[in-house]
Amino acid sequence: MNLVRQIAAVTTMNFKSLPHRVGTSIVIVIGIAGVVAVLVSVLAMSTGMIETMEHSGRDDRAIVLRNGSASETGSALGRDAARLVEDAPGVKRDASGKPIASAEALRLVNLFRKDDSAEVSVSLRGVGPQLLALRPEIKITAGRMFNPAVTELIVGKNALANFKGLNVGDKIKTRGATWTVVGVFTSGGDSHESGLMTDAETLIAAENRSSFQSVTVLLDSPAAFQKFKDALTSNPALAVDVSREREFYQQQSEVISKVIYVIAYVVGGIMAVGAIFSALNTMYSAVSARLREIATLRAIGFGATAMVMSVLAEALLLALIGGSIGAALAWLFFNGHQVGTSIGGQASGHLIFELSVSPVLIATGIIWACTIGLIGGLFPAVRAARLPVATALRAI
Amino acid sequence: MKYFGLIWAGLWRKRARTIFTMASIVVAFLLFGLLQGLNQGFNTVVTNLNVDRLYVSAKTNMTDGLPISYSARIKAVPGVKAVSHWTYFGGYFRDAKNAIPAFATDAQPLFQVYHEMKIKPEYLEAMQRTRTGALVGEALAKKYGWKVGDRVPIGTSIWTTKQGSSTWMFDIVGTFDTSSYGGGFPSFYLNQEYFKENSAFGGDIVHYYLVGIKDPHQATQISKQIDALFANSTYETRTQTESALAQMQLKQLGDINFIVNAIVGAVLFTLLFLTANTMMQSVRERTPELAVLKTLGFSDGKVLTLVLIEALALCVLAAAVGLALATFAFNSGAMRAIFGDFRMPLIVMTMGAGTALLLALVSGLPPAWRARQLNIVDALAGR
Repeated sequence: MNLVRQIAAVTTMNFKSLPHRVGTSIVIVIGIAGVVAVLVSVLAMSTGMIETMEHSGRDDRAIVLRNGSASETGSALGRDAARLVEDAPGVKRDASGKPIASAEALRLVNLFRKDDSAEVSVSLRGVGPQLLALRPEIKITAGRMFNPAVTELIVGKNALANFKGLNVGDKIKTRGATWTVVGVFTSGGDSHESGLMTDAETLIAAENRSSFQSVTVLLDSPAAFQKFKDALTSNPALAVDVSREREFYQQQSEVISKVIYVIAYVVGGIMAVGAIFSALNTMYSAVSARLREIATLRAIGFGATAMVMSVLAEALLLALIGGSIGAALAWLFFNGHQVGTSIGGQASGHLIFELSVSPVLIATGIIWACTIGLIGGLFPAVRAARLPVATALRAI
Repeated sequence: MKYFGLIWAGLWRKRARTIFTMASIVVAFLLFGLLQGLNQGFNTVVTNLNVDRLYVSAKTNMTDGLPISYSARIKAVPGVKAVSHWTYFGGYFRDAKNAIPAFATDAQPLFQVYHEMKIKPEYLEAMQRTRTGALVGEALAKKYGWKVGDRVPIGTSIWTTKQGSSTWMFDIVGTFDTSSYGGGFPSFYLNQEYFKENSAFGGDIVHYYLVGIKDPHQATQISKQIDALFANSTYETRTQTESALAQMQLKQLGDINFIVNAIVGAVLFTLLFLTANTMMQSVRERTPELAVLKTLGFSDGKVLTLVLIEALALCVLAAAVGLALATFAFNSGAMRAIFGDFRMPLIVMTMGAGTALLLALVSGLPPAWRARQLNIVDALAGR
């Protein structure tokens, strides 16, 4: 009990004298704020990309590609194969008995980004007539839906915001056709919002090609996946890879989000080492500034533990402030900030996604801050405790 | 120089503090070196690319492909030395995870366009003779233990054979050395002729025409001429130099540049704050000592210089260590495997040195000025 009271007394005194040491204390705060801001911002990129890709999938949908395809652009499925997939058991059917599925063709179109005029490849996805039954998350927010058999297309919300020449009424040239933008769509924040959509048959006819890239189907239930998959893989007429839609999109962004993750921790780690040194510096000077105070307290009977705890508490408080400022900065500047990359979608077109500073990331940042504060405070705290009282008092 | 001892002693007045300050500057410059090195390294690689090569692809999008019949017409353009082509084949060995960067090509002119690639003439001849032949980069051959004479199955998710199979068999007829180009060079080649004969569809398209030109100064002019040849046709072309193409691909990566600069900015800002603070604190603590120096006859300017040089020594020494560490990490080989001849660019060193000087000035000037302004009587009295 006595110890607790001692710690409380010294710590309070300590905190009250903090305003007099603003100059040195601010170093620890800013150092840690910098580390946390960088760590959280870079991780927010990885998180944002993963979230976008996860939104692109639903558990009761499956996507079928040609056997061995790494991505949709590297896949070719003939018309017969597509029909076999759509008619497989486990696929949900609508009121009239037609399977709810979409055989899709994917093309890349060169467009220019608005911010730096860089030329990027954007996906133009040809979809089947059952699109809205298959993907009810698609909503037209401006203009109207495209009509089949005429060269019309709709553009995703993010595509419209980031690429030039996609307003309703604009024309886009691809191999063999000139398309008119007739509408804008949202699809619940998924990767399709970075691209364009049109009718698959019209797209294929425009280029004299005959194959699709993938087939996406709505299943009777998430549990029907195994039945569907087994039926397709055991069919000798087909050579396909069957994946749950969510897993497929996750896999597409797996490599790049891992790379970002590693970058975040390597850069954040190196910065943290720097911040620990600056914390050590600050806390050592905090201790030496309070030399006579500490010595006096020790002389009148305060214990070593109370000294250690008070210094640690101060370091922790400063770290917390720094960590919160860093996380707040990251959130303020980057939450919802849109970035684009062509590596995320793995050859499936330029992907636009929002950085996402999630509560988990903020917690991670604060934990890092506290760890830095603790390590930075520990050695100076021990020094404060070991101070020979007599020498310290004589120094006055 | 005679004041060296004095400066040195001042620097190490508080050993622990100096060491910690130095350590954090070292860390900051290590990060600076790594990030800027990577950034600048990309740029140097891009600008040092060969200028006597042009790449012709479909104007709408590279993936759309061009007809194979363009080859002869491009060859006829004045100033063109050799024309070859790439058709993306993709493919994998045994499992889809083992992706093989395979391209169909016309091998003889390919190695004329990429004249820095090393290949034995007998391998090229064998490739001409063997319809199902394949030329493989040495690194790839080593990875899968392939030897000349081996017959390897390559799976593909795009190109079905005429027999309806997804697996193509190739005879490895030779290997080549890509080390002068780095890891980006496709390292598996099959004959376009065989590809055309044996694939069920699409065997007559080309994704890139590779054009070797005689005079690099004519690159722009020849590019325009090639594009003009096919303007207003169904398959319009776009011709780019190697470095323009690489720049475009680099831009496709997105906002990397911005992110690197933002991180470096955050690091340097944090660091600046720390060092400036340490310096000021150190001067504040030494106020009486500086007053003694002034009493002994040191001029105001000399005291200012002493404090400033101390800051300079601290920053430059630590920055040098940090940059040296970064260079060491950089040249240790991992980078070279990916980017070929990838070295820490000199410009990063120069930028680092400049930043260190700036840091020293910004953090050293305020305390140095304070030291200059010291009034001897007040300072000695501790006021």
